[in-house]
Amino acid sequence: MLNLKNLKVSIEEKEILKGIDFEFEKGKTYAVMGPNGSGKSTLAYSIMGHPAYKVHEDSKIEYNGAGLTEMEPDERAREGIFLSFQTPLSLSGVKVFQLLQLALNGKKDPLKIREEAKKYAKELGISEELLNRPLNEGASGGERKKMEVLQAAVLEKDLLIFDEVDTGVDVDSLKSISKFLTKYKKDKTYIVITHYNRILHHLKPDYVLVMVSGRLVKVGGPELAKTIEDEGYKTIK
Amino acid sequence: MAHFANVHTSQQAHNSQLTKMTKQQDDIQFDYKYGFSMPDKPVFKAKKGLDADIVKQISAIKGEPKWMTAFRLKSYEVFLEKKMPSWGGDLSKIRFEDIYYYLRSTEKQVNSWDDLPAEIKETYDRIGVPEAEKSFLAGVSAQYESEVVYESVNKALSKQGVIFCDMDTALRDHPEIVKQYFGTLIPPHDNKFAALNSAVWSGGSFVYVPKGVKVTLPLQAYFRINSERFGQFERTLIIAEEGSDVHYIEGCTAPIYTSDSLHAAVVEIFVKKNAHVRYTTVQNWSKNVYNLVTKRTHCAEGAFMEWVDCNIGSQLTMKYPSVYLHGERARGEVLSIAFAGRDQVQDAGAKMLHFAPNTSSRIVSKSISKEGGRTSYRGLVQVSPGAKNSSVFVSCDALILDEDSRSDTYPYMKIKEDDIEIQHEATVEKLGDEKLFYLMSRGLSKADAESALVLGFMEPVTKEIPLEYSIELNRLIRLEMEGSVG
Repeated sequence: MLNLKNLKVSIEEKEILKGIDFEFEKGKTYAVMGPNGSGKSTLAYSIMGHPAYKVHEDSKIEYNGAGLTEMEPDERAREGIFLSFQTPLSLSGVKVFQLLQLALNGKKDPLKIREEAKKYAKELGISEELLNRPLNEGASGGERKKMEVLQAAVLEKDLLIFDEVDTGVDVDSLKSISKFLTKYKKDKTYIVITHYNRILHHLKPDYVLVMVSGRLVKVGGPELAKTIEDEGYKTIK
Repeated sequence: MAHFANVHTSQQAHNSQLTKMTKQQDDIQFDYKYGFSMPDKPVFKAKKGLDADIVKQISAIKGEPKWMTAFRLKSYEVFLEKKMPSWGGDLSKIRFEDIYYYLRSTEKQVNSWDDLPAEIKETYDRIGVPEAEKSFLAGVSAQYESEVVYESVNKALSKQGVIFCDMDTALRDHPEIVKQYFGTLIPPHDNKFAALNSAVWSGGSFVYVPKGVKVTLPLQAYFRINSERFGQFERTLIIAEEGSDVHYIEGCTAPIYTSDSLHAAVVEIFVKKNAHVRYTTVQNWSKNVYNLVTKRTHCAEGAFMEWVDCNIGSQLTMKYPSVYLHGERARGEVLSIAFAGRDQVQDAGAKMLHFAPNTSSRIVSKSISKEGGRTSYRGLVQVSPGAKNSSVFVSCDALILDEDSRSDTYPYMKIKEDDIEIQHEATVEKLGDEKLFYLMSRGLSKADAESALVLGFMEPVTKEIPLEYSIELNRLIRLEMEGSVG
């Protein structure tokens, strides 16, 4: 469903991704692991179309056969892609309901959006009060991550990329996020970018991808995550 | 805590004249829904330009008492003597000799919309005033050019002794009240435009709320300029007696012309002991209007004044609503929004003067500039010796949407008392790529994402405005934003 061909990405002339080839299949869960600075977040941003991340002209990002590289982020979202941010911003004066309503732009009834958001908030343990505040204003790191997951659920996209949804999250919150993502997985495709095996105990990946210095160095099954946990990235070649 | 600050900060984004010039000149019209004009059919139009004879003529037409004629003539002299302000925006293009100072469009004032000439009625229908009156207002006054052409006030209010009429009628029917207050808070020599207004004023509102009367629904005045090269000089006086409460709202629009019009109003408000007045402005003049307005309030003991000031239109606005806190425990607030698009300058702010102990003031200013537009916050907070235990809060935030636009902050503070509390915050932010990307990754178009961020930025002020007006304000901003992307 998502096909990366010779993906090279630069920020301010510095090449971060140095040619990645990989095809993600529909309905599977992928863990993307790798040391700091290996290019995991760059991968996520370039798939979503962040303007600061320049994709090399020979590179291709294809989604269900359509080329994404020329599309604006909102067009990519409409194609069915969602990115859960590593550090979700707070937006003054913009509530999550408003955001979701604008994002769905008539595709879902505003009342239904509100209902769903409330239901998901309850399941994730987000307080009603936080839901009614401008997005993430005064929210903790963990609460922000939950708010990302909530948006993912209401927006119902097909390919969901979670950029370190597990960092800065306490044990209980991690459990509720993982449980939630498992419950609503259905036939969605998950790309879970993480440093730790922790979340992968709950969210069983079909494949583990290891990135080092902007390259995809190894692809394996769930056992690969265990190896990394025990031995670090040094042994992976 | 002692403070004496005279701060001048300036943040200027790269100002590219080139981009400005390559953009189309004529597209300002597409999003301004009030830019239409009606055939100019005055029943009386004073000749162009200004001299003492025109001042006398205006007074004679209105059949004014001698003291007012004398006041006008004296003010005209002050106007001639006074220099143009050298700060704020560029006033050098105002040609006082090319302006029409008095223009009467109807023979008499009416209290039914149907009695207005068809084109005037249509104007107000298109603006939506009669509809608003039906749904949520206690009284409406509509000024067209120089005179108030329509007026209506809820009968129950009249029975309680509330007076809501145009200033000319007030001078005729309530001369003793008018004489007591008129020009006492903003004398003609206050500034050149206050002097001009004092010389040629016409129309405006007079509001009198008797002791203890609380007016629950707002009173609305609607100001419309229709003809070209016209000067509108309304004069408003609001008196809220002890323990009373009133909310007054004004709206302003004008057609789009290539020549300039001038709007120079004077608004004086007296809030007596423990009374409360809220004055809301939604200023949406077309972009050929100079909007130079003097607004001031006198607050007695325990009185509370709120200015909610929204400036979206005009080519240049210079307006700094003021509150003089004379009585103990008096409170003053100014909440303001300024939006400057292409070729617009919004020089707005507030003045808070603390003269008594335990007084408090709060200024919250939000400004937005785009496409070469320029906003300035210009504020003065003054605390006199003896105004002990007073508190001051100033917060001014500017949002700059692109590299061509600019925002400046001039927060003056003159603090002559040690025993007070001051909080001052100022932020300048650019509409960040990160926030836009975040919203667009959720599926919002760029235009929707920008509007959402701008409306969110203004929300602390818009939430204070009656719902009907905040919806209209948000609609206006959204239109302005679409203009920037389209």
